[in-house]
Amino acid sequence: MSTTKKFAAVAVGLGLATLSACGSSGGGSADPKTVTLVSHDSWAVSKSVLKDFEKQSGYKVRVLKDGDAGQAVNKAILTKDNPQGDVFFGVDNTLLSRALDNGLFQPYEAKGSDLVLPQYRVDQDKHRATPVDSGDICVNYDKAYFSEHKLTPPQSFDDLIKPEYKNLLVTENASTSSPGLGFLLGTAAKYGDGGTSGSNGGGWQDYWKKLKANGVKVVDGWEQAYDEEFSGSAGGKKAKGDRPLVVSYASSPPAEVIYASPKPKTAPTGVATGTCFRQVEYAGLLSNAGNAKGGKALIDFMLTKEFQDDMPLNMFVYPVREAAQVPAEFDQYGPQAKNPETMAPARIAANRDQWVKSWTSLVLK
Amino acid sequence: MAVPVAFFAVFFAYPVAAIVARGLKTDGQWRSGRIADVLTQSDIRHVLWFTTWQALASTALTLLIALPGAYVFARFDFRGKQVLRAVVTVPFVLPTVVVGTAFLALVGRGGLLDELWGVRLDTTVWAILLAHVFFNYAVVVRTVGGLWSQLDPRQEEAARMLGASRFAAWRKVTLPALSPAVAAAALMVFLFTFTSFGVVQILGGPTFSTLEVEIYRQTSQIFDLATAAVLTLIQFAAVGAILAVHAGTVRRRETALRLVAPETTARRPRGAGQWALLGGVLASVAVLLVLPLGVLVQRSLDTPGGHGFAYYRALASDDGGAFLVAPVTAIGTSLEYALAATAIAVVIGGLAAAALTRRDAGRLVRGFDALLMLPLGVSAVTVGFGFLVALDEPPLDLRSSWILVPLAQALVGVPFVVRTMLPVLRAVDGRLREAAAVLGASPWRVWREVDLPMVRRALLIAAGFAFAVSLGEFGATVFIARPDNPTLPVAVARLLGRAGDLNYGQAMALSTILMVVCAVALLLLERVRTDRTGEF
Repeated sequence: MSTTKKFAAVAVGLGLATLSACGSSGGGSADPKTVTLVSHDSWAVSKSVLKDFEKQSGYKVRVLKDGDAGQAVNKAILTKDNPQGDVFFGVDNTLLSRALDNGLFQPYEAKGSDLVLPQYRVDQDKHRATPVDSGDICVNYDKAYFSEHKLTPPQSFDDLIKPEYKNLLVTENASTSSPGLGFLLGTAAKYGDGGTSGSNGGGWQDYWKKLKANGVKVVDGWEQAYDEEFSGSAGGKKAKGDRPLVVSYASSPPAEVIYASPKPKTAPTGVATGTCFRQVEYAGLLSNAGNAKGGKALIDFMLTKEFQDDMPLNMFVYPVREAAQVPAEFDQYGPQAKNPETMAPARIAANRDQWVKSWTSLVLK
Repeated sequence: MAVPVAFFAVFFAYPVAAIVARGLKTDGQWRSGRIADVLTQSDIRHVLWFTTWQALASTALTLLIALPGAYVFARFDFRGKQVLRAVVTVPFVLPTVVVGTAFLALVGRGGLLDELWGVRLDTTVWAILLAHVFFNYAVVVRTVGGLWSQLDPRQEEAARMLGASRFAAWRKVTLPALSPAVAAAALMVFLFTFTSFGVVQILGGPTFSTLEVEIYRQTSQIFDLATAAVLTLIQFAAVGAILAVHAGTVRRRETALRLVAPETTARRPRGAGQWALLGGVLASVAVLLVLPLGVLVQRSLDTPGGHGFAYYRALASDDGGAFLVAPVTAIGTSLEYALAATAIAVVIGGLAAAALTRRDAGRLVRGFDALLMLPLGVSAVTVGFGFLVALDEPPLDLRSSWILVPLAQALVGVPFVVRTMLPVLRAVDGRLREAAAVLGASPWRVWREVDLPMVRRALLIAAGFAFAVSLGEFGATVFIARPDNPTLPVAVARLLGRAGDLNYGQAMALSTILMVVCAVALLLLERVRTDRTGEF
């Protein structure tokens, strides 16, 4: 009896003390001089460029990297009533509808929106999402493997199901990885929807059945696919990866060159240009942002020439603004795909979840 | 009593209910039809089936391997026993990410077995099962071995004298006394493997998935909150059932056994058979428990320029880019959080244990005993997301507060505190307190001079366990730790998710540091071990 009471007194005291202590440190980013950017783990910008923005605008930038792309979006949606920051960067066209339908962003038409190349513009009536960069998700091949085996590397989706490429491709889980989902959408754009009836309805379902019969390997994330299973990347060579084909990005070959020392004359990997899907990444002003004014300034900044020129070599993506410079390395080692598969955001929104579900039971189970 | 109940209501029941409601409620209407929808999906049934059978298999395998260990620890006296007991407990408090990584380094591509014999298990269910044995070995050794060491060997000897064969004596005397402890241990192992997350996520690949992993995928990746909510409820029901059975076996164990001090029952092994048994157990511990830990250390030192401390030095610089801060600061953050979590867990758990010991404790209170264990079995992912969704309005707007992480960690710490304190508190004779009171001591003085000296050691052990468990908590922390303030396990996972040698090496180095901190904490605990604390 007495024991309990003593304990209780101490506990209540302690509890009150902690709660009042954190009451003062709680709340959102109330500081009007700080703007907080929530993004995924791949966010990167040159220090000097960010310094320029801080100097010009007078805001200090705080960056919260919050897991991979999909996870960061979902967490932002769950916390949207009281967001962790002011701006979110990194939702791509495959997930954009989820962000917009859940009210993640508030409308803001960024300065410089008129300079964005027309093919990247979306949500024109409400201006909730601002395109920032684009990239192509493509199958990469290990040049050494194909010259050793005197094989022509595959060039198209159709090639990938040919017997000479049996057991060579590794891709990512479409339900957990953004390139994995992009690759699935690419095949859907190419072959159409075969419907749920399945067996021989054609469409992407049929294609994936053939791909599975041809020995495609599925792993959970890009890191594992590219740095462990793929035989052409620096990491994969070390890990003794044995798959010479991997679903990655068109900008992966230049990255292999730029990060190597000494730099090779040509990239060790190439891109199967007929297997690409165009991905666009957007930024938006978070609903209920604590510092909306600062957030707007930061979004404007992402469309400036300075940022758009700096971005490609930091995040290995292409600019979306007219006349922004594409680095010479990109054109030299991995030019952007001429005719990537694309898909209208509305079609992605209407089908994504259902497709991923049937893909999962078709390919994984 | 009121304080622990309030704590659990606010920081456990409310967040979990909030996230479940978010999934199952649309426009203010509950949609229970979703439950049937989800249950009829073949891949969900597949997940349920896999979750169950791998848990059964893991439990069986763990018992098979760990029961001889329990016997050896209970009955044999040998040099280094204390250290070894701490060593086998280290895996239990390691974060699952680290365990998964250690096994990947052992049985994965380019792992030790691959290099030596070309054996790879990383895409098979064996890797998961072995990792589960690694994890839960200590549960069996501590729960069963703790009781075994206190069973009076003379009872069995008496049976032998009366003509029973060695086996018959064991079966008729020791086994019945031991079986509640074995059942309790088996149920705990089943519970832990049934809800396994990090191990399955890392070693399972896209094909193997437990309920817990599926909840994580549905919430965090696919964003199908309805399915996640249904799965959470299923897991809740399953865990509740397991705990109810467990509570029954615990109660039976606490009755009607004549126990003796463990020091009197252990002796040096005699004869070839016993030495062989000891050798076998030591060998299995070496292969299954020490080897994976050793691989971790080796990898952390294996730098491109030969063996060295380059990865450890790299931890101090912040140009890695994985976080805003140098990874090394995660150590300080982790220790602070774990200390805060320990304080909360000890207070809440201590109060709960005190309330449960009261002789007038009714049925309701006893039910609370089982309820306290629920956080161990409910998806940490659900708790983590629940915190984010639920604790966001004044007066409880804690989302951007640091206290959130210790609170979540304390949830897992409390069950350990309760389980450790309960037997000791129950052993305190109430008449002592009454006598002191009669002699004029104030309630405070009674507590200080009667209760405290008797429970102090148990309190220390409880605190130590809560500390180690908080330090390793991953599932919930990963969602609520702020990106600029990662804890050790979160930092390890983040580093592992990034490509490149340097990140991998740093992850190994941080894991090693975490392991050493846990091991030191456990070794200190071995020094203050009391008689009746062997529950975990």
